[in-house]
Amino acid sequence: MLKALLARAHQKHRTIGFPQQPPVLPDRLRGRPEIDVALCPKDCHVCADVCPTDAISVDEKGLRLDLGRCLFCPECVQACPEGAIRFTTEHRLAASFRDALILGDKEFQLAKALDEKSRKLFGRSLKLRQVSAGGCNGCEADVNVLNTVVFDLGRFGIQFVASPRHADGLLVTGPVTQNMELALRKTYDAVPSPKLVIAVGACAISGGPYIGHSEQRNGVGGIVPVDLLIPGCPPHPITILDGLLRLLGKMDASEGSAAGKSPG
Amino acid sequence: MIDLANLPPVAFEEFRNMIVSAVKAGARLNALFGAVLPKAGAPGSDAKQVTGDLRLFAVLAQDSAGTLNVTSTLVGDAYPALTPDCPQAHWFEREIAEQWGVKPEGHPWLKPIRFHRSYREGRDAWTRSAEIAIQPGVVNFFTMTGDEVHEVSVGPVHAGIIEPGHFRFQCHGEKVYHLEISLGYQHRGVERALVGGPDKRTIPYMETLAGDTTIGYALAYCEAVEALAGCRVPARAQTLRAIALELERLANHTGDIGALAGDVGYLPTANFCGRIRGDFLNMTALICGNRFGRGLVRPGGILFDLDETRRMELSKRLRQAGEDVSNAIELLWEAPSVRSWFDNTGTVSRETALELGLVGVAARASGIERDVRAQFPSGIYRFAHIPVSLYHTGNVFSRAHVRWMEIQRSIAFIFDQLKVLPEGPVRTPTGPLAANCAVVSLTEGWRGEICHVALTDAAGRFAHYKVVDPSFHNWMGLALALRDQQISDFPLCNKSFNLSYCGHDL
Ligand code: SF4
Repeated sequence: MLKALLARAHQKHRTIGFPQQPPVLPDRLRGRPEIDVALCPKDCHVCADVCPTDAISVDEKGLRLDLGRCLFCPECVQACPEGAIRFTTEHRLAASFRDALILGDKEFQLAKALDEKSRKLFGRSLKLRQVSAGGCNGCEADVNVLNTVVFDLGRFGIQFVASPRHADGLLVTGPVTQNMELALRKTYDAVPSPKLVIAVGACAISGGPYIGHSEQRNGVGGIVPVDLLIPGCPPHPITILDGLLRLLGKMDASEGSAAGKSPG
Repeated sequence: MIDLANLPPVAFEEFRNMIVSAVKAGARLNALFGAVLPKAGAPGSDAKQVTGDLRLFAVLAQDSAGTLNVTSTLVGDAYPALTPDCPQAHWFEREIAEQWGVKPEGHPWLKPIRFHRSYREGRDAWTRSAEIAIQPGVVNFFTMTGDEVHEVSVGPVHAGIIEPGHFRFQCHGEKVYHLEISLGYQHRGVERALVGGPDKRTIPYMETLAGDTTIGYALAYCEAVEALAGCRVPARAQTLRAIALELERLANHTGDIGALAGDVGYLPTANFCGRIRGDFLNMTALICGNRFGRGLVRPGGILFDLDETRRMELSKRLRQAGEDVSNAIELLWEAPSVRSWFDNTGTVSRETALELGLVGVAARASGIERDVRAQFPSGIYRFAHIPVSLYHTGNVFSRAHVRWMEIQRSIAFIFDQLKVLPEGPVRTPTGPLAANCAVVSLTEGWRGEICHVALTDAAGRFAHYKVVDPSFHNWMGLALALRDQQISDFPLCNKSFNLSYCGHDL
């Protein structure tokens, strides 16, 4: 017992200050990409050519980058001869609807909070059932990590539960394989209404690296309605947490820090 | 690497006898798979089109001698199964039957493993109708009858944040007599999509075969294409790749020990390790920006160098995490209740492990000296040796203990490598791949041996690309570890193997 207490002292308090304080992120983090079309030579589409998921399109309207398909692999950045695409360490990526994820001429629209009625229902206690529907288990790993003492998801009233019947919504990862489609539908049906669906990762949003494979369904959106999309391959845990908190109205609409003083 | 011209198919009998007798004499089946290759000398033939004769390939390892043997044969609609004489072939032959619609006759347990249609239209090993959809997990499970016998069925959707899989337990009271594992829910068609590559999706496919093994998989792939291209990776890149591979091992082993502690309700270690696992992942992110190492390993080297400040920072963080992880895990060993629970659960004997051809932590925890880093070393492991971590009791404790030994050795290895990091570039161009060749690439991922076999066509594209995840060998080990156990110990046993669903399902 004494040893356990000494170990406790050794290991210290490790819960991060986010969202009251800005998150500490790796300086090489590939967060939201920034495109400077002014640098693009005419008719250049090198970036679109190398992109593994065809996330980039170049046409008369200019260059567009679909964050829902993006794997945040560095290929386009490496390939661009002009340095027109670069990654920023901007971790806030969550959006409320699919189109918001297409970067181009318009301002990036961060996920909006639920309406007041839903916030009343879910704002203080959100129980989620996680469904892993294909993919590589990377998103699952970085969702799971939110339960560690570092992120301490419980302090925001968010909890992952074992049964869909105890849940307010689903958090889905993976492109939805053919072999998981039925299980996903059944799990969705088993969640009492009103319910939320959160799609985490490129796979769940668009099929990710598996876009177009006949063995999967190009993401969750075609199977059940989605309320929050969190891009990444996989998204950084802070990006996921930021998305969840935004949905619950616990983050300032455009800022990186918490709305109000205390979380929860 | 071998020129396919030097690997003519042998007669089936010869093929079968050779494998059966080699395995009886102590060899191990790394891979056994089917491929339909385009006719040699037919350039430009569409690699994705699967018509022609099915060729079976086998890769056999002599671990102690560090040698590999490849052999192949042609088969028709059916052939006499190897499994009755060679249990290691069990899962492989089910895969062959499912992928190619051929029947290994006399296979004692012939069921689908991933639940998809065969690659050859109109062929089906179970003569299922093309009209009726294939439902995952719908098979005749092995059952037991008798008074008070009952069946417990779990999954595909589980209680925690984990991947889908289906488990059927045949129990009497609390005691499990048999566990049957049915997978395939994560099947997303990667192997088939790799044919015709390398192309721009190949690397993302490799990095996501099993997301927690991004480095291990990317490395196995890169070493395969580097061999085919005759490319020599700069020394600095080789060292940094090994550092990344060991960091991946550290993160996962630490997470696993934490989770094992959590499964027996020993929360201090569970909580500490949960956090320290993240510290290791963040070290990988320090190198390349991504916690799982996405974007780091590429053919010809790596994409991100470790500058001096980063090297110092990495050493500093590793020292701290090393102290923390020792503190957290030593605490676990001192709890007698944990020890007795771990000691009495999930035993796989050395004989069983050998017979099944288990790999990785599971093999070493049953006293088998089997580690690619020592027996088939590549890259920096040829010069810098990591001792094989062995323990003999084959139970949950043994698997935890082997992880703990490996944690300490990986930390020591990284420190050593950081001190002698060679100067120079971190990447070199790869060039085109050799045509009509076969290459076998082995990497010791944190779960165990990752085996890639690439076969190229006349244009140097992949005519076939075989991926064998360590879990492919080990799922059966978990099933047998459960026999005569309390069903309530399933989570603990399962965690002690911590196998991959997506790496298996592909
Ligand atoms: S970073 Fe995103 S947009 Fe760029 S190449 Fe990779 S997947 Fe495509």
